[in-house]
Amino acid sequence: MTATRLVRCLAALKGAERKALNTFITAGDPTKAATVPAMHALVRGGADIIELGVPFSDPEADGPAIQLSSERALAEGTTLREVLDMVAAFRTSDTATPVLLMGYLNVLLKMGLAEFASAAGRAGADGVIVVNLPPEEAADVKELLAAQGMDLVLLAAPTTTPERARMIASVASGFLYYVSFRGTTGANLLDPKAVGQSVTRLREATELPILVGFGIRDGDSARRVAALADGVVVGTALVTTMGEAPPDEIPARLEAQVRSLRQALDA
Amino acid sequence: MTPTDELEPMTQANLAPYDAPNAAGYFGDYGGRFVAETLMHALDELTAVFEELQGDAAFRAEFEQDLSRYVGRPTPLYRAERLARHAGGAAICLKREDLNHTGAHKINNTVGQALLARRMGKTRIIAETGAGQHGVATATVAARMGLECHVYMGAEDIRRQSLNVYRMKLLGAEVIPVNSGSRTLKDAMNEAMRDWVTHVDHTHYIIGSVAGPHPYPLLVREFQSVIGVEARAQCLEQEGRLPDLLVACVGGGSNAMGLFHPFVDDEGVDMVGVEAGGLGLATGEHAAPLNAGNPGVLHGARTYVMDDEDGQIVPTHSISAGLDYPGVGPEHSHWKDIGRARYGSVTDEEALAAFRLLNRTEGIMPALESSHAIAYAVAEAARRPASDLIVVNLSGRGDKDIGTVAEVDGIEL
Repeated sequence: MTATRLVRCLAALKGAERKALNTFITAGDPTKAATVPAMHALVRGGADIIELGVPFSDPEADGPAIQLSSERALAEGTTLREVLDMVAAFRTSDTATPVLLMGYLNVLLKMGLAEFASAAGRAGADGVIVVNLPPEEAADVKELLAAQGMDLVLLAAPTTTPERARMIASVASGFLYYVSFRGTTGANLLDPKAVGQSVTRLREATELPILVGFGIRDGDSARRVAALADGVVVGTALVTTMGEAPPDEIPARLEAQVRSLRQALDA
Repeated sequence: MTPTDELEPMTQANLAPYDAPNAAGYFGDYGGRFVAETLMHALDELTAVFEELQGDAAFRAEFEQDLSRYVGRPTPLYRAERLARHAGGAAICLKREDLNHTGAHKINNTVGQALLARRMGKTRIIAETGAGQHGVATATVAARMGLECHVYMGAEDIRRQSLNVYRMKLLGAEVIPVNSGSRTLKDAMNEAMRDWVTHVDHTHYIIGSVAGPHPYPLLVREFQSVIGVEARAQCLEQEGRLPDLLVACVGGGSNAMGLFHPFVDDEGVDMVGVEAGGLGLATGEHAAPLNAGNPGVLHGARTYVMDDEDGQIVPTHSISAGLDYPGVGPEHSHWKDIGRARYGSVTDEEALAAFRLLNRTEGIMPALESSHAIAYAVAEAARRPASDLIVVNLSGRGDKDIGTVAEVDGIEL
């Protein structure tokens, strides 16, 4: 099988000795119309990968900022099919940037996993992160996604034992998403030293690139964490901008925010 | 195909003792573990400690002694003659879980889980609560063991269950209002999961029902099965026979599973779980996922849930905060599918009528949750001969609901 868009992207970054900048926003937040322009703005600012959150009524692993973004998107009536339409619309003018869908299992199950995988593949999505899908339960999803040329990114955490890390690595593809601390998204608990030790241990379990997320909010934290891994994921900081900025200023504000992250990573 | 070919495997299956869940925590298609990676190790640890302690005679002895000397078990099985006469039909016995310390069955589980927490060296306890009964039961065992205790409770439930909120505070627990989502039990559970993921190293999460990720549905069932073990022995001793029917209300389903499970291999014993019909199933304003929901994944388990066509969990309604929940324990989902139990529903209005009826006929004030079971049992008794015996789980007492009932009556207390 040929390498997926996500794998090619991460390999190219590694070849260029650059750190991956993976940016998260919630689809449909604050309006459905805002999402595709926001995705392009992330890319203009220097994002390598886009994680598009699929809103869910009960985001039990997320902190207040992403909970609120989910609520805003659901208040707009955002559905999974519409999220896939957004991906397809983004693809009409950007065929290079990998797009991952991130969400909770119930929404995908409702569409049907096979139907979801094929619809997501058609829309031009490159992979999926399901917060509440541990590797033990992931075999079906992985197979369905792989058949569409998509990756299943799995999470590892500070509580992950070496045995679990090996199991996670054996199921995951694309990259491993290392959750930097015990907590929900956006909490102020980042400890770069601890992250460094954990990533080093995780390297023993996997050849996959390791991207670190949770608690990375600005250029300084991005740079410090990226130095320890293959890249970073930034979500809450961007989602907060989406919630606060006047709608017509969202693209410009996001672009500037991502550019400052990019510059810190490249410095 | 010959009849023998068809029948033989079926018969063997029927004769095999019930042994769910499997090692991965599945009851048939339901259960499992659907949580963030951060919690997986804690669930593994909890499973290991639980399995180890199940075979530990000293642990069992301590649990049983706590149930007898602290909780006040065994609870009576009481033959409700006047209630049965009112129904006109089958005999009705009430399993008096309302007589437990703190007034509900919830304490059976919290006593057991507190012992687990101590064994794991956890110094902090968290819990979610709807009606406040589980919160009170958790705050109670935390006080007794000197553990720090935080209880998450939906802001709407705090309003309708203010008595229990104050009880928890008197017990030294901190009650944390949850203002997200529908501000009820499901949101309290989301928030408890967020707390647990943040403080997992020193915190044990005492889930109050047979819900959540494996091993919770199993371990809560095991701690609550004392209800059915006692009821079964009491039936044989007092009535000289096993019951024909067991009835219990189902929110998450812990009092029902606690009563039902010890009877699972008694083929002649039928079981009905009663969900909250709210304003009526047809209105959509209810909390009856087994009657009107479909399989999904919520709060760590695959189980029946109430969601919309896009998989979003929908708001529920019940007059009883303890049943106001869009999911249900996965073992009940399994039993619905295999037909081991049936699941009915009772509306707010019918539950209120049963609340009043039990007060007037037996001098017992049931919780509004338990009133759902009473309502169903009375209707079912009327359809059955006098020779039939129905056992109803009177899972909690109704003092906490006096305010809600008075509000319905337009009385300000």
